[in-house]
Amino acid sequence: MTLDADSKILKTVPREKAFYFFTSIGNYTGTSASSLKEFMGRINEVNPKSLEFHLARGDFEKWVAEVLQDAELAAEIKRLQKLNLTGNGLRDQLSFVVSRRFKRLTNQPTSSRY
Amino acid sequence: MVGTRDLKTKNKTISLDATDMEILRALQKNCTETYAAMGKRLGIAHSTVRDRIKKMEQQGVIRNYTATVDAEKIGLRNITAVMTVYTDPKEAERVAEELAALPEVLEAYTSLSEELLIIAKVSALSQEKLHEFIANSVAPLPGVSRIRTSIITKKFKETQFSIPDASQKVHL
Repeated sequence: MTLDADSKILKTVPREKAFYFFTSIGNYTGTSASSLKEFMGRINEVNPKSLEFHLARGDFEKWVAEVLQDAELAAEIKRLQKLNLTGNGLRDQLSFVVSRRFKRLTNQPTSSRY
Repeated sequence: MVGTRDLKTKNKTISLDATDMEILRALQKNCTETYAAMGKRLGIAHSTVRDRIKKMEQQGVIRNYTATVDAEKIGLRNITAVMTVYTDPKEAERVAEELAALPEVLEAYTSLSEELLIIAKVSALSQEKLHEFIANSVAPLPGVSRIRTSIITKKFKETQFSIPDASQKVHL
């Protein structure tokens, strides 16, 4: 992947393309993310029910692929769906996957804990 | 005979007498009734019925005539939901206006309970479409802080404001 493509993934998107965290159909938590960095932070703040809701629907991978245009991270998130994770276990795994990707894109050293 | 009732509008006061009120009540029950049939039933000339209806239309007392469609009978299984939108109080009016302009929104109100809210009745073809609409068109509106949505599962009553009977004491 080129530096140009990496910087596109790290861009801040307009509010109409941001990710809006819901806990169920029509129930918006008030938390949103307009960039990968912001998304990484929000994963650790939002109600885990919201993470379960969006992972099951495929909303995260869709947003990452279509808006951030990061097919690699989208595929990693899709793999999490098969693990049937819930609650803080899901939060930890999702946070790890997204943080690792963010660090790679920003050339920061990554943890090998997992 | 009951005296006239004053309907206050933004810029002027419109006086309606008992006959006008009877005509309004009749129209609310069946707006397709002919002037002649209504006049006969109310004991007034059909020309009086026609003239008074035209006058009330011009005054804006009668805003429109609509058909109530049973969506299920024509195969449209729309879902309806009541959406409560929490906003920054300074933005509530503007958010409500923006919501009101969206075709999915059937009704929109601001309400003051413990905090300023917008309550809106919305309609969509499916739960997924409802969610898409709220996620793509409502949540991104500047000033929206959170949203609660309740999908209506069964309707027990739906009506509009009815003109009270002449026997009922009301203050308009």
